[in-house]
Amino acid sequence: MATRAGPSGIASGLLSPELLGFLVVWALGTVGYVLFPDDLAFLTRIVSIAFLVLSLDLVTGYCGVATLGHAALFGIAAYAAGNAARAGWADPLVLLAIGALVGAVSGLATGALIARFRGLPQLVLTIAVGQLVAALCNKLGWLTGGSDGLSDYTVGPLFGRIAFDMYGRVAFLMSVAILAVVFALLLRIVRSPFGLLTRAIKDDTVKARMIGASIYPRLVAMYGLSGAVAGIGGALGAITAGVVGLDGVSFERSASALVMLVLGGAGNLWGALAGTLVFHVFEHLVSTANPFHWMSLVGAMLILVVVFAPRGLSFGAIVLWSKLRARSP
Amino acid sequence: MRTVASIALDATCYGMTLFMISVGLSVMMGLMRIVNLAHGAFAMIGGYIASYASVSLGLNYAIAIPLAALCTILVALPLEVVLYRRLYANSDALTQLLLTIGITFLIIGVANYVFGPTLKKIPLPASLSGPFDIGFRMLPTHRIFVLACGCATALALWLLLERTEFGIRVRAAVDNAGMAEALGIRTSRIYLATFCIAVGLAAFGGVVGAELLPIEPYYALRYMVIFLVVVSAGGAGSIAGAFLASMLLGLADTTGKYLMPEFGEFFFYSAVILIVAIFPNGLLGREH
Amino acid sequence: MSALLELYGVSKAFGGLRVTHDVNVALRGGDRVALIGPNGAGKTTLVNLITGQLKPDAGRIVLAGRDVTRASVEARVRLGLVRTFQITRLFSSLTALENVALAVLQHRGRTRNWLRPVAKMTSEVEEAQRLLEIVGIGELGTRSVVALAYGHQRQLELAVALALEPKVLLLDEPAAGVPHDEAPRILEAIARLPQDIAVLMIEHDMDLVFRFAQRVLVLANGEVIFQGTPAEVAGDAYVRRAYLGSYADARRQS
Repeated sequence: MATRAGPSGIASGLLSPELLGFLVVWALGTVGYVLFPDDLAFLTRIVSIAFLVLSLDLVTGYCGVATLGHAALFGIAAYAAGNAARAGWADPLVLLAIGALVGAVSGLATGALIARFRGLPQLVLTIAVGQLVAALCNKLGWLTGGSDGLSDYTVGPLFGRIAFDMYGRVAFLMSVAILAVVFALLLRIVRSPFGLLTRAIKDDTVKARMIGASIYPRLVAMYGLSGAVAGIGGALGAITAGVVGLDGVSFERSASALVMLVLGGAGNLWGALAGTLVFHVFEHLVSTANPFHWMSLVGAMLILVVVFAPRGLSFGAIVLWSKLRARSP
Repeated sequence: MRTVASIALDATCYGMTLFMISVGLSVMMGLMRIVNLAHGAFAMIGGYIASYASVSLGLNYAIAIPLAALCTILVALPLEVVLYRRLYANSDALTQLLLTIGITFLIIGVANYVFGPTLKKIPLPASLSGPFDIGFRMLPTHRIFVLACGCATALALWLLLERTEFGIRVRAAVDNAGMAEALGIRTSRIYLATFCIAVGLAAFGGVVGAELLPIEPYYALRYMVIFLVVVSAGGAGSIAGAFLASMLLGLADTTGKYLMPEFGEFFFYSAVILIVAIFPNGLLGREH
Repeated sequence: MSALLELYGVSKAFGGLRVTHDVNVALRGGDRVALIGPNGAGKTTLVNLITGQLKPDAGRIVLAGRDVTRASVEARVRLGLVRTFQITRLFSSLTALENVALAVLQHRGRTRNWLRPVAKMTSEVEEAQRLLEIVGIGELGTRSVVALAYGHQRQLELAVALALEPKVLLLDEPAAGVPHDEAPRILEAIARLPQDIAVLMIEHDMDLVFRFAQRVLVLANGEVIFQGTPAEVAGDAYVRRAYLGSYADARRQS
C-alpha cells in the first residue's frame, strides 16, 4: 500500500505524498469544475462532507474508535459559524477558523468521555452523545433555528474582495483549495510519529502501553484534531450553502459518513476521499429515481463490500490491480 | 396526581415495548457478541406482515401475531445463513456495523417496494380497543395487553434459558464457546436457534408495540439504535438487565416528553450516558 | 551494584484463589534468571504484577530504587521495565521496521511530534534498523508483521523491547510456539542482549534454562519454593517433586 508507506518504503521518489494529495484534490476539483459547471453546489456539498469523512477516518480508521455520532462535531461547528456570521463576522476565512476551533473544542470534550471506554459501551456513548447534541440543537431554536434551520446570516466576500457568485464557482474553488491543503496536512500528520502511534494503539492497546505510550491523551488529542477537521467541513457547509439545518447533526449523517468511510477503506485517508466520492456519485445516479430503491441499492452495496472487499473499495482495488499486474508479465 | 399516574402507565407500557423487542437482541448479543443494528428492521417486518395479514387478508389479531413472528423468522433465516454467520467469528465492530446497516437499508427498501411507503395500521380487535376497569379507574385495554405480553415474554424466556436443556446449552456457549464446542455442543445450531428466537421476539414486540412505536417506512432507521442502546445499558445477555434498562429508559423518556416535550430525546440519551459511563458493562451485565 | 528490581512480599489473590504469595526477589544488573514452575504456578501473574498490568494486594515493587507499586504500566516502561509476551504481540498493521522505530521514537519522547514524517527522522530509523540487525532480521524491515514467520516475529518483539533500552527485561517464554529449527535463532538473539541489563525469563524448556540462566527461581502455587543455580535446582528433591519430576518423567518417556 503505497499511501501508507512507512519509514522503510518512502512512497515515491519524485512526489511526496502530501504534494501528491494536494495535486490530486485539485485535479479532481478541476475535472468537476469543467465537466459539471451546473452542479457546483452539489460538488461543494461533497467537499464539505469529505471533511467529515476524513475527520471520521482519523478516529475510526487510525485510532479504532467506532463512532455513530460523529456528525455532532460537524453540526456544532456549522451552527457556530452560522451564528458568528449572524453576529456580524462576515469574513469566510474567519468563519472557517471559528468552525475549526469550535470543532476542536467539541472534539476534545466528547473525546475526553468517549476515549475512556472501549467496545460496545464506547459505541453506545458515541450514539448517545450524537443524539443528545441533535436533541439540543432541535430545542435551542434561538441558536439553531430549530427544524426551520439557520439561514438569517450573510457571508462577506473572500479576502474582502471576491464575492460569492450565484453559480457557486467561488464557493466551490474555495472549498477545493481548503480541502487540498487540509488533505495534504493530514497525509503528513498520519506519517508522523504521532500518526504511527495512533495506528499502533488501534492495533494493540496493551502492547502500546508496553512500549511506554500513554493511550488516553493521544486518543483525546486525535479527537481534537478530528473535531477541527469536521468543524472546517461544517463551517464550509454553512458558508457555501447559506443555511444550517438539523440534518448536519443527525444520526443519518453520522451513519452515512461511516458508510462512506468503510466503503472507501478505513485507516487510509485516500479511502475516505474515494468513499465520499463514490457514495455521492452513486447517490446522485440512483436516488433521483426513487429514495427506496436508493436504500435497497446502498444496502446491497454495503453487504457486497463486507462480503467481497471487507477492507474497503480502495484496498480491494489495490489487491485486484496487483493480481492483474501479476498475471500479465 | 393524574399526570403522575399517566406518566407511570405510559412509561411502563413504553418500557415493556422496548423490553419485548430488545430482549431478543440482548440474548443474541450476549451469545454471539455481535452488534446488530438490523434488529429494529425485523420488528418492522413483523409489523408489516401483521398489518398485511389483518388489513388485506382480514385475519384475526390473535392469528396475525404468531403468523407475523413466524414469517419474519422465515424471511430472516437466509440472512443468518448467508450473512450473520460470517460475523460470529469476526470481532471487528466496523464490519458488524456496516453489514447490519446494509441489511437494514435493504429491508427498508424492499419492504417499501412491496408494501408501499405509508404508515401501516394493525387494527386492534374490539376486545382490546376499549377501556378496561381495574376497579378504581379505567385504563385502555391495549395497555394492559402490552404489559401482559411483556411479562409473558420475560417469563417464557426465563423458563427457556433456566429450565430447559436448550437453555443449559445456550448458557454454556455464552460462558465459553470453545469449551461448549469441545463438549459436543453444536454452537452453530445454538446460534441459529438463538437468532430465530431473537428475530421472532423482535417481530412479536414490533406488532404488539405498534401502538407506541408505529410501523412506518423508516421505522428500522428511526429506532435503529434504541434497541442497541437498551441492550448495552442493561448488559448484553441479561434478561433482567434488559428489563431494568427498558423500564428506566422508558421512564426517563416518557417523563421528559410529558414535562418538557420540546427537549425530545434529550432525557433518554442523558440517562443512557449516565448509565453506560457508570456501568460500562450494563446495569446487570458481566465483564467479558 | 545495587538491585535494579526488588520485590518485597508481593501477594495477589483472585477472589479466594491465592495466585501469588509473599514473593521476594531481587535482580541486579547482568543477572540472568529463569522463572520455572508447573502450569498454574502463577508465573505469568507474577510478570503481570511486576509490569503493573495487575496491582498486588500486598507488598512492594521497587524499580531502580524507586517504589513503583502503584505506578502505571507505561510509567514503569519509561523507568526501564520492559516485557515480551508468551504469545507475540506486535502492531500488525505496521512493518517490522515501523514497529521498532515507533518504540525508539516513544523511548526518545518524540511521539508527540505530529508534523515530521517518520521517514525523515533518520537517527531513529537508523537505530531501529541497527536493532533489527542485532536480533538477526535486518533484511526484513520492509515486511509487514503479518507476513513474517512466527520465529521472526519473536525476534522482532525482542528488537522492540531492546528499542526501549530496558534495565530489566522480562521474557515470557520467548521460544514458545517457535518451530524447532527456528529456536536457535531466538537463543542467539537472547545471547546478544546487552550484558549489563537484568533479564528474567519464564521458560519451560529446561535445556534453554540450563544454557541461559545463572540462577533459577522455582514457583509453585504462587510461592517461590526454591532459588539456586540450575544445577542446585536440578539436584533438589523438593523441586523435583513439585515440578521437575513430571518433566523428567516426560523426558524419559519421549
